[in-house]
This record gives sequence, C-alpha cells and structure tokens, in this order.
Amino acid sequence: MPQTQTAAISRTEPAPPKFGLAEWIDQQTGKLFVLPAVIILLAFAIFPLLISAYLSLIKFKLATGGFSLNYVGLRNFKKLFYGSQQYHLLGTFDAFGIFEWTVFAAALALVAYWFFRFFTGGYFNIPGFIGRLITASLFIALLWLTLATVFGGHPGSLVVTLFYVTVGVSLQFGIGLGLALLCGQAIRGRNAFRIIFFIPLMVTPVGIAYMFRMLADMQRGPLANIWQWFGLGEFSWAADPWSARMVVLTGDTWQWVPFMFIVLLAAVENMPRDQLEAAKIDGAGSWQIFRDITWPSIAPVAATIVLIRLIEAFKIIDLPNVLTNGGPGIATESLTLHSFIAWRTQDLGGSAAVGYTLLFVSTVTCVSFFNFIGQKTRKTEA
Amino acid sequence: MAKRTNERKLGALLLAGAASLAISASAASAGEFDGVTVNVMTFTGPQIAEPLQRRAPDFEKATGAKVNIITVPFSDLYSKLLTDWATGTNSIDAAVFAPQWAVDYVGPGFLENLTERAAADGDLMADDIAPFFREFSQKYGGDTYMLTLDGDFHMAYYRSDIFKENGIPAPETWDDYIVAAKALHGKDLNGDGSPDYGSCISKKRGAQAYWAIYSIAASFLQSQGTSQGAFFDTETMAPLVNNPAFGAALDVYTDTTAFGPPDEINLDVGDTRGLFTSGRCALTVDWGDIGTLAIDPENSSVADKVGSIMLPGSKKVLDRSSGELVDCDANSCPHAINGVNRAPFAAFGGWSGGINAKADDKVKDAAYAFFSHMSQPAQSNADVTVGKTGFNPYRLSQFADTKLWEEAGMSKAAAEDYLGAIQDSLNSPNMVLDLRIPQNQAYQQVVLDNAIARLLAGELDKAGTIAAIEEGWNELNEENGVEDQLKVYRSTLGL
Repeated sequence: MPQTQTAAISRTEPAPPKFGLAEWIDQQTGKLFVLPAVIILLAFAIFPLLISAYLSLIKFKLATGGFSLNYVGLRNFKKLFYGSQQYHLLGTFDAFGIFEWTVFAAALALVAYWFFRFFTGGYFNIPGFIGRLITASLFIALLWLTLATVFGGHPGSLVVTLFYVTVGVSLQFGIGLGLALLCGQAIRGRNAFRIIFFIPLMVTPVGIAYMFRMLADMQRGPLANIWQWFGLGEFSWAADPWSARMVVLTGDTWQWVPFMFIVLLAAVENMPRDQLEAAKIDGAGSWQIFRDITWPSIAPVAATIVLIRLIEAFKIIDLPNVLTNGGPGIATESLTLHSFIAWRTQDLGGSAAVGYTLLFVSTVTCVSFFNFIGQKTRKTEA
Repeated sequence: MAKRTNERKLGALLLAGAASLAISASAASAGEFDGVTVNVMTFTGPQIAEPLQRRAPDFEKATGAKVNIITVPFSDLYSKLLTDWATGTNSIDAAVFAPQWAVDYVGPGFLENLTERAAADGDLMADDIAPFFREFSQKYGGDTYMLTLDGDFHMAYYRSDIFKENGIPAPETWDDYIVAAKALHGKDLNGDGSPDYGSCISKKRGAQAYWAIYSIAASFLQSQGTSQGAFFDTETMAPLVNNPAFGAALDVYTDTTAFGPPDEINLDVGDTRGLFTSGRCALTVDWGDIGTLAIDPENSSVADKVGSIMLPGSKKVLDRSSGELVDCDANSCPHAINGVNRAPFAAFGGWSGGINAKADDKVKDAAYAFFSHMSQPAQSNADVTVGKTGFNPYRLSQFADTKLWEEAGMSKAAAEDYLGAIQDSLNSPNMVLDLRIPQNQAYQQVVLDNAIARLLAGELDKAGTIAAIEEGWNELNEENGVEDQLKVYRSTLGL
C-alpha cells in the first residue's frame, strides 16, 4: 500500500530544535544565578580556610623588603601538642587519682554500652560506625584531658574553652528555658519582663565585659561596699583562676540567656493549646505536662538553638580578652583568644594551627550533637 | 587652688608652645607642607599621645602639615606597625614606638634613615640629648633612624614622709625593699582610715610586668659593667635564667606580691601610678613618670612626699664561671656602691619617632619636621615636666637646672632628688641595656611575660618558670639562628 503523504510526514523524525545563543543562555541561567553566591562563598569561606591551612604549616619571618614565609611542615602543631606550647593548648597534666579513674572508667563503660546498642539495635551501618568512632574518640580524649588538667594540673586553652561551652551553654539553656516557661504563663507584666530579659542581647560584648569588670572590682567598683561588708574587700576575683573563669562565664551567661529565652518563649507559645487543656482537664501535674507535652513540642527548637550557641560559644574571645586579658596566667584564655594572641605576636603559623584545632573540635562536637541528639529530638516530636 | 595652678601650668605650656613654634617654624617654613597629611601611630594614651595630639594643631598652623595621631593599645602597637609596613599597606607614615623594635623594622627596610636630616637639623640641638639616648634610642647600626622624645629608666620610688616617720631608710637592696614593704603594708598611708599597701608594681600580663622582673634581676645578673649583658651569655647565647641569680629575682618578685594590692597581677602602670600618687603605696618601681605625676595638684596627694632612687641592688651576684651566687667584693662587684651591686635597667629606652621609608618624600619631610619640633628643647623642656605627657627627661639641659622643675611645681629638694636618681642611673657604668635583638618582642612580651604571669597565677613554680623561659628563649634562638642572634646581641653591648 502506497504511503500517503500524511503518513510519511508523521514518520519523519522531528527536526532538532535550533540551539541558539538565547537557548544556551537559558540553560545556563541557573548556574549564572548561583555563581555569585559560589564566588562569595569561595572568596570568604573556602579561600581563607585554604590559606590558613597553608599558614599553619609555615613560619613567618621578617626579611629585607618585607617578610618571608618558610615551610616548616607540622612543626607548629608539634609545638602545640608536644612542644613548648603544650602547656598553652593542652595544659599541664597531673596523675589520675581514684576519682579521675572512676569517672574515666564510667565514661569508657558508657561509650562501650553506646556501641553495644548500636551493634545490636538493628540499624548498624558503616558511615554511622565511623561517625560514632570519631565522636567517641574525641569524647574520650577530651575527657582524659579534662580530668588530667582540672584536678591537680592546670587546664590549657582547649579545656577552658570546653568549660565555657559546656557549662555556659547548659546554664544559658536552663535559665532561658525557665524564664520562657514563666513568661509563657498568663502572669501580670509578662510583656515588660520579655523586654527586660531581652536587653542584654542588644549590648555589645565589649560593653558587657567592661560592665562586669567594674562590677567585680572589689576595691573600687560600684559594689565595693557590699563586697567589703561581706569581708571580700581584699579578695581579687581576677587573681584566682576559677573565680576569674566564673566571672567570664557569668558575663557570657548574662549576655546569651536572652537569646535562649526569646526563641524558647516563641516555641512555648506555639504549643498546641488543646493538648495542654486536655491534660489539665485529665488532672495531669505540671511535671507530667512538661515531660509529655511541652518538652516533645519544643525539643526540636531547643536542639537547634543549643547547636547555634555551641558553634558560637566555641569562638568566645571578647569577654576573656577585656575582662581578664586571658589571666591570671593563661587561666581564662579561650582557643580563639589563644589564636589571636599568637597572631598579635607574629606567630602566624602557631595562630593558624590553634585555629585549625578549634575548627576540628568544634566541627566534630557540633556535628555529633546534631546527629546524635538533634535528630533524636525530631523523632521524639514525630 | 589646685585647678588654678594647673590652668597656669597649661597656660604657660601653651604660651611657651606658641613662642617656640615661631622659632621652630623657621626650620619648616610657614606653609611649606600645605596639603600634606601625616598619619602617626602610637599607643593609646593619655601618655605619649597627649603631647603629640596637643601640639599637632599648632604645628599645622605653622607649617600647613596636618598630623593625625592614631592610637592603638600598647600590646598591639608592634604588630600593627609591622603588618601595615610588611604588607605594603603603608597607611602609617610615621610612628612613636619603642627603640628596641628598631632592630625588626630597620632590617627589612621599613624605617627611613634620618642620619642626614638629623645632621643638618640645628634646631634639634642633638648635642643636648644625653649620650645614652642619642646612641641607644636614636641609632641602629651607627645610623639615626629615630628621634628621641622621651628618656626611660626604671627607678624605685618611696614615700619619704612615711619612711621618715617610721625610721626606715631608703632601700639599697631588694632585701631592704621587701623589709620596708612588709613593715608598711597594712598601715594607713594617706590618712583615709583604710589600710594601704607596702609595694605596688605593675604585674599585669600583656602590659609592663616583664620590665619589672628584669629591673629586679638586673643587679643579681650583671656586675661587671654594661658590656657584660644580663639576658644571654655573650659567648654561647645561652639564656641567663637557669641560675640562682634569676631564681633570687623571682623570689623577690613573688615576695613583693604579698605586700601589694590584692589585684596587683591585674594592674598596669596606669593603675599603680594612680595608687601611688593617691598615697596608697609605700614603694613602687616605675619609669620617671612618678616624679612628675606626684606634683600634679589635681590628682596627687603625695607632692613633695616622694623619694626617688636608683633601682635597689644586691649584695650577692652571679659568678658566671661557677654559675653560683657569690658575695660582693672588689672582683665580683667592681662597681658596687656601699658593697651593693646596683644595675639600673634602661627599660624600654624611651619613646622615639621613626618614619616609614615608603611614605612620600614630602610626607617624610613633614613627619621629620614634626618629630624634630617635638624634641626641640623649647617643647621638650616643658613637656617632660608634666606628668600626663609620659615624657621623661632626656636632654642634658633638663638635668642641669632645677629651675625648670621648680616652675612646674616641684620643690628644689624634690627636683634634686628626682634628677639625681635619673642621673645616677644614666651615669652608672653597670647600666643594663634592654634587649635589642631580632624578635625581642617575642622573647620579652611573649615568652618572659607568659612565664612570670603563670608564676604569679600559681600555674608554675620557680623551677617551672625558669624552665619555661629557658625553653622559649632557646627555641627563639634556634628559629632565628643562634649565631645571627649572638652577633646582634654582642654588637648591642659594644662587643
């Protein structure tokens, strides 16, 4: 049967679309739109990271016409972990006593149990195993370091930073949650309280540091008479390592409680009211309501703000710098202040090496928190 | 009354400034630097920055050059200048800084050689500058790179009225210093009814503490004259810290803390000066500033109640061959006074002005004219008598006549006492020179400063402190080349 013209036409392959400049531009539009963001990210995040990685392997030296950068390999890290700067980063160690061994053994048992649950829980996978291995290794190393330096030795900037991060963020979260729960109630003047509690967040950290420096001055500060009445006039908080650290912690807590408070308050106020009312009608107590309704409802938000604060807290520098200048000795020096002081004295390699140590510890800690705690809160909510 | 006296002093300063400007403007003729701006960096005042800021507008009126005084904290000054000049930013045209740092700035070519300019500058009256400051503060490697604006020595000050009342003589040794501090600690020294302190020394980390420890160590370590040096062995470059002499100095340093304010380890010189001039301290160690701050009628309650002495010394000194402390005799302490080895420490050396070699020629000329103007006797002789300037005497004419000081409010006896202590230090054949080798800032402001801060904080004991300094200094020696450092160290001592 002869083919009709129509059939011939229908069998003809469709002509390929013309590939002009307009179409090409159209195809590239997505990439073009993303490009500025990528360039900015490369310029301001990746490039400095690479440069500081390079700097951590060099020694800066003045030379005719300017300066020279000499490659020294891992010498800057070696100096920090095993050499003359070990005391500064890791601290000075003391032998374990019964208490330290007990805590360390308990922690090892806890980690072993964690892995046991992972192996027998039916959700074993290789990436999960590697992640847990890294987290557990860092946890054990940091715990050993803390026990070896805090009880008898002298903590270095790494343990001091961990103190600011763990104790500080816990305090800020606890107080912030408490205030949010209080202001979430129908109490008189709660709007005024909200504003008052929020104010510290608006003050510059340097201003807060100077304010606490004045308040803690027991000889000339505005509270000097009160200190003297308590017989503390001849005590200097800045001369004792732990009291100096506590003042830094107090200033940091005062500054960051409002952040926790304001976000948690929003979460508390967005809780499903019908569940709360039903629980009250059924005669549930306050603790029961908090455990079974409030906490599951605000847990994802809580985990997120704790994560944000963890990241931020690792970078603390302004308060110890202004309040105590890192002293007495190096007792209040955080990792960032340690890095800054090294940079200020032209030890660019040492400064970058401290920076990279901070990056490693904070990244592993925050990723671990996100994976092993943050994710769980979402499951709880579900 | 006090305010009126102060106003009169300020008025006299301004008048003297205006009159002198007419004279010094002849060197830089009127309008010569129209449109030229000079950015000068120094440390956050009020000292040092104050006279520069006060005189800059007058200088602009006379010459047309606008001088911006940029201030940064002392602990940042070295690195701010270095990063600006080393990276080629060159936003700073000139700076007033420690002459010690010249070794790091001259080598890479950051500082302009001022030899020819200074030689042709009659108004500077270079011969009037005391030889030590002319040679140490102004020159490096035989050439002039800076102009001296200040003369610095560490000295000891005591409350002459309180010492007299209690029958305590001025301390000759550090042991005497401790005994006096102990005896007077806890007594009411200013009549306000509250107990005061035996000794106030700046021991804050990142401030001036590392000079204080060497002011004490100097007389234990050096006894054979300036060329012996007090920081390193002149043959091997081994640090002179792992020995009983430095250990004895550390003992004195920590002992004084027991008789100081409770927060002494957090006090810089600004704080200790405030405490001393408000009558709260029986003794202090400081630069020449105490003498002039004590006569400030607005802030001082100890005018004419201050005794000035060369730094106390020691009756035992380090025998370099045996490494032991030995008693002073004619051989071990050839420069001893009353059997006591005194070794005044030329701490810091005095603020000096240097110019960025990469600045425009016209800017360099204007910067030089400004520093010369500040240093000329007409300005300098007035500035060194005012406490808040932070400038201390460094010209021979400033030591020669007490009239200058009497006009500033000092009694003749106090002026003689004050100037006498400076001159005794300046003329001592056993003066200890401050460290002036490459990276001296890292040796002193980092390693030494950290170690003594940790000692006072209880993080290190004496042996640990010595070990930390020795290890840190040896490490820096190796990084910079032991032979290279030794060569420079020896040349600074004239060897």
